[in-house]
Amino acid sequence: MASAPSKLYADDVSLVVVLVDTNPFFWRASSLSFSQFLSHVLAFLNAILTLNQLNQVVVIATGYNSCNYIFDSSSDLNQSFENGRMPVMCSSLLQKLEEFLIKDEQLSKEVPEGRIKSSLLSGSLSMALCYIQRVFRSGALHPHPRILCLQGSPDGPEQYVAIMNAIFSAQRSMVPIDSCYMGAQNSAFLQQASYITGGVHHKPQHLDGLFQYLMTIFATDLHSRSFLHLPKPVGVDFRASCFCHKNTIDMGYICSVCLSIFCKHHKKCSTCGSVFGQAQSEAASASDKKRKTPET
Amino acid sequence: MNNGGAKRMNGAGEEDDDEDYVNGDLDAWERTYTDERSWESLQEDESGLLRPIDNKALYHSQYRRRLRSLSSTATAARIQKGLIRYLYIVIDLSRAASETDFRPSRIVVIAKHVEAFIREFFDQNPLSQVGLLTIKDGVAQCLTDLGGSPESHIKALMNKLECSGDSSLQNALDLVDGYLNQIPSYGHREVLILYSALSTCDPGDIMETIQKCKKSKIRCSVIGLAAEMFICKHLCQETGGTYSVALDESHFKELILEHAPPPPAIAEFATANLIKMGFPQRAAEGSISICSCHKEAKVGAGYACPRCKARVCELPTECRICGLTLVSSPHLARSYHHLFPIAPFDEVPPSNLNDPNHKLQRNCFGCQQSLLNPGNKPGLLVVCPKCKRYFCLDCDIYIHESLHNCPGCDSFRHSKAD
Repeated sequence: MASAPSKLYADDVSLVVVLVDTNPFFWRASSLSFSQFLSHVLAFLNAILTLNQLNQVVVIATGYNSCNYIFDSSSDLNQSFENGRMPVMCSSLLQKLEEFLIKDEQLSKEVPEGRIKSSLLSGSLSMALCYIQRVFRSGALHPHPRILCLQGSPDGPEQYVAIMNAIFSAQRSMVPIDSCYMGAQNSAFLQQASYITGGVHHKPQHLDGLFQYLMTIFATDLHSRSFLHLPKPVGVDFRASCFCHKNTIDMGYICSVCLSIFCKHHKKCSTCGSVFGQAQSEAASASDKKRKTPET
Repeated sequence: MNNGGAKRMNGAGEEDDDEDYVNGDLDAWERTYTDERSWESLQEDESGLLRPIDNKALYHSQYRRRLRSLSSTATAARIQKGLIRYLYIVIDLSRAASETDFRPSRIVVIAKHVEAFIREFFDQNPLSQVGLLTIKDGVAQCLTDLGGSPESHIKALMNKLECSGDSSLQNALDLVDGYLNQIPSYGHREVLILYSALSTCDPGDIMETIQKCKKSKIRCSVIGLAAEMFICKHLCQETGGTYSVALDESHFKELILEHAPPPPAIAEFATANLIKMGFPQRAAEGSISICSCHKEAKVGAGYACPRCKARVCELPTECRICGLTLVSSPHLARSYHHLFPIAPFDEVPPSNLNDPNHKLQRNCFGCQQSLLNPGNKPGLLVVCPKCKRYFCLDCDIYIHESLHNCPGCDSFRHSKAD
């Protein structure tokens, strides 16, 4: 479902869907505290709304156990201006965020040690894309949508397929996914997302100046980006990892039935159970296939 | 084999030959109304006032019917799909293809939609290859060879395609059989024939050719533009393909795009094999090398084959020097949604909505649109069978056609207890 940007609307009107990472495991260990981070983000959101009268901002929280909508600047509740204050000021956004965090914590169950503590990025990306489709359906006059991911949690390998589906859908609808990664390692998912959809990826060096990074890199609308010098993608690694050892490989073997990647020649595919080199006599067994990257 | 059936018109039951005589006497402005009678789709209510046409519910119910028929057994039994496909598209360029019942002529409409189909095909099947064949003057010829890049095929379609002579189904099938016997054994062999003629002039026994195709495990599908023919139906039934006849241009587009997702594979048709592939890295910015596809020096922005270090410009491709298939991991990931499809959403019966004990979500989970019609009456909605979240009809269509993720299932780490 591709939708070309509308030429009837002014070129620089944007709709920014911001996905805020609220994973407590990450924020507990981060050098930037969550409250400082929120002050940077709130100032940034207000700045976007002042850049153009018709700009819209939507905030979705990416939690550890759940995701939800936090704020929508175009909804009627948020339109009031009291004494010249900025619309996106504390009250409604922070209140809803607090409710979300309390509910998210209540959903926690026992977590086995050693597991990667990733947030549910695929869920919030899917919700953002559904919202953007609704904007496309609303008629010929609509702002240019884009998605901004403020992420710190590491990549969860079980979300690989879902995130790639979301990335390809965003590419078809021509929605760029920008990403600002605040964690320690690199996030391969976010690098690929920004590269494939034509967005900008950046990993800030100094987190105390986060507001400056956000304003100079992520605040500009899509039309003006062609006039600016934004960070280019360097070394996006598109190599695959083998399913057996999780090493990145240059050359590998692909099962022709289920497209699993192996680094060495095997007699049988561990994902779909196909025996290589001879015609199969039955359909692939359903029990091996789970909805995640196969981890052996 | 001649079959004198009349083509069914959209919404009207008129004879085909009447139209042809009448068309000649009509002015140009009148001709636009001969096919489309938009006033017939209006409805009146009891008092004689015009009722607004509710397209949304109609469209959605058509969509759901289609989805159900496509995925009824697939999701239940996890039917294997042929992901590495070698597809030949046979375009009939006989004189029947120059008929003007599709505006401006059948061949122009065919070329336009085949181009859209090729782009969609490579989007959904990045590791597959397509070739084009034509039938003209009773002879089948190759227009483009099997290739993995859409550009060469689309360029060939842009050229003016002349139509003349008879059409020959047997010659086309013989040629396809010859070409498809050379492909690797793990690939699925398919043919899509876009047939405009109502007859076929064959040099021999076409039944033998059909049996030969069946033995070579080629899945033949036909889309007819004129009328249903027995021989096409027989061919598709024998080889396990699908046969459909297009009613008008939009129906033709729908039918041809139905062939873009991988069809259910019959397991004996292709052997499972491990295919050696390379995952090249992007060359450093500013490096200068001679690229093997254009044979000229280029700066930066290319990929280096991991085996022979030759530079290629784009992926996926086959290295020209050492023959290794080069892909990037997103190309493989494009096919993963065929392997892990999401379950179709269930319609919510109206009785549930009025039940006071049933706590209804006020907004669609995906797009936050209000699920209540004006007047606080619940509108049409669907529910995911796994996470039990409600979605509006438009999100349902978007999720199943483009996104392939359920936002509800992905947004909750632990499934809902109730």
